[in-house]
Amino acid sequence: MSLARTQPLTIAPPEELLEVSFDDGMEEIIEEHLRHYPTRQAALLPVLWLCQERWGWLSAGVLRAVARRLELAPAFVEGVVTFYTMYQTAPPGKYLLQVCTTLSCALCGASGLLERLKEKLGIDPGETTPDGRFTLLGVQCLGACGEAPVIQVNNDYYTDMTTEKLDQLLDELP
Amino acid sequence: MTAGGAMKPILLRARGEDKSRSISTYLRMGGYGALKKALIMDPAGVRKEVKDSGLRGRGGAGFPTGVKWGFVPQDLPKPKYLICNADESEPGTFKDRAIIHTDPHMLIEGIIISSYAIDAHVAYIYIRGEFWEEARILEKAIAEARRKGYLGTNILRTGFDLEIHVHRGAGAYICGEETALIESIEGKRGQPRLKPPFPAVVGVFGCPTVVNNVETLACVPHIIEHGAAWFAAIGRNERNSGPKLYGISGHVRRPGVYELPMGVTFRELIYEHAGGIREGHELKAFIPGGSSCPVLPADFVDIPADFDSVAEAGSMFGSGGLIVMDDSVDMVWALENLMTFYSHESCGQCTPCREGSDWALDILRRIRRGYGRPEDLETLERISRYASQGMTICPLGDAFCGPISSFLKHFRNEFEDYIAKAKPLPPRTTPVLPVRSGRGRFGI
Ligand SMILES: Cc1cc2nc3c(=O)[nH]c(=O)nc-3n(C[C@H](O)[C@H](O)[C@H](O)COP(=O)(O)O)c2cc1C
Ligand code: SF4
Ligand code: FES
Repeated sequence: MSLARTQPLTIAPPEELLEVSFDDGMEEIIEEHLRHYPTRQAALLPVLWLCQERWGWLSAGVLRAVARRLELAPAFVEGVVTFYTMYQTAPPGKYLLQVCTTLSCALCGASGLLERLKEKLGIDPGETTPDGRFTLLGVQCLGACGEAPVIQVNNDYYTDMTTEKLDQLLDELP
Repeated sequence: MTAGGAMKPILLRARGEDKSRSISTYLRMGGYGALKKALIMDPAGVRKEVKDSGLRGRGGAGFPTGVKWGFVPQDLPKPKYLICNADESEPGTFKDRAIIHTDPHMLIEGIIISSYAIDAHVAYIYIRGEFWEEARILEKAIAEARRKGYLGTNILRTGFDLEIHVHRGAGAYICGEETALIESIEGKRGQPRLKPPFPAVVGVFGCPTVVNNVETLACVPHIIEHGAAWFAAIGRNERNSGPKLYGISGHVRRPGVYELPMGVTFRELIYEHAGGIREGHELKAFIPGGSSCPVLPADFVDIPADFDSVAEAGSMFGSGGLIVMDDSVDMVWALENLMTFYSHESCGQCTPCREGSDWALDILRRIRRGYGRPEDLETLERISRYASQGMTICPLGDAFCGPISSFLKHFRNEFEDYIAKAKPLPPRTTPVLPVRSGRGRFGI
């Protein structure tokens, strides 16, 4: 049975993100977000998510554009972005392999999964493979501890993982 | 009644149903009936019903929900907000995800009724960023409810208006704390606020705000439908009423979410429902309700799993996420694992929490690598005194001090064994700063 159900992320190269602007489709979504809140600033997290979904990561140019659009100081936006772990400030690989390393998963063999990935990909957590395909991350509890160990690949959860399932997953990802 | 007092499921009644998430399934099971009933009561009546049911918050603190609603000032000429806390980031906790996966409309109905009770016309669901699929599920359910006239303006022609928006976090455990969550909705770094003022008076956008957990809100339609007395009668001990979702993870044969009346014992949970400890091993210890709750050794397994009983045993019931450890577990390793979490998740505002969690982690790492020192345990205890008991802005300080002091209390000999076998610290080869990731202050 096939396991993989994750599509690769589209990662814009840094030179494309020096200066960005929002197209009509994005503008429409931003307007919609703004209607949800009484302040402009409150739309910051959703707009950052929108940008990350569009370009794969948040360059300094993207942050400037977001700051302009929401009438915030760029430094403030950067402060918010760096507080949260899920906003990527450097281009990641097409697949973010996020291995939960917290207690319930650790009790059920998470470190074996991490070791396997380190060995197979030849990188340490926090690094990206030279071909730009995988970024490996050790993350904190993913809120699915009953199905430990858990790995999140981009947006998708893969639960009750074993090294065999991991090998299969890596082989199947498009 | 079957094994260990299993009950007819209430919160998870749709589990196993075909298309359990769709509004038609929910309506077929009687869904949105409670909303119709609530909207012909007055808001004070709804609040009273919830108060009388004895419902206590399922987010961790167990604060009575009806009482919390009562703190919202009635006469302030400001909008009021309801926030559903779906941050679910406490290690060992995964029950809210189960509700969203099986029955999102139960949560939506709970939010509508609760908003009506506190006179809120906008509600936010704050959901952790990792729950991307769950956010989609909720958005879909909201759209369905709106099409049926359960959301929007003039709901069911009663004149009540409500919009629900899903707000995704972006990876920060601390945003589960209600004031950090509020900051995060406002578009800021998720750093907790000093209380008072409490959110019920000054919450999101400076307005009165009630923050309730997913499971808490999912109980509300059932309370309205069946009445406060029905709800209060579920559960084995007074003041601890209602159905409860117990999440069991770790070294059990059948981990997962189990719905049981509040107050089943940990023995029943572990051995009857979760199938017992894996082959060839025995129970060593368990963390009763999410990683912030002090650990209990196996001899406590016969206490009831509810707020007051666990508190009496010197721990906390928390969110009901039970982490089970068998006799193969090195408790120094387990504490190091937890401290890795807390030192990573401290928001950095308070010195005792920011520095204390890092120090504790460094010391534990050093002990585990064979360089422990006799005075280390006392230092750990000192850290856990200084970072708890109101010395910090939010309870994250207490959240890591409870584990430290309880691991040391119940499993001190394991720490002492490490230290007894320790070798002298090698000469320092790396500069103290900058600290490289994965490396402690001691350069090892
Ligand atoms: C560090 C910290 C993390 C928390 N995380 C969560 C969480 O993930 N989900 C949650 O519902 N409550 C969490 N809480 C509790 C909330 O602050 C708040 O008390 C709760 O959402 C209130 O809901 P309730 O009354 O329905 O339990 C956390 C508290 C602290 C101090
Ligand atoms: S106790 Fe820790 S997490 Fe809470 S506000 Fe202080 S530094 Fe932040
Ligand atoms: S500990 Fe891994 S999902 Fe919770």
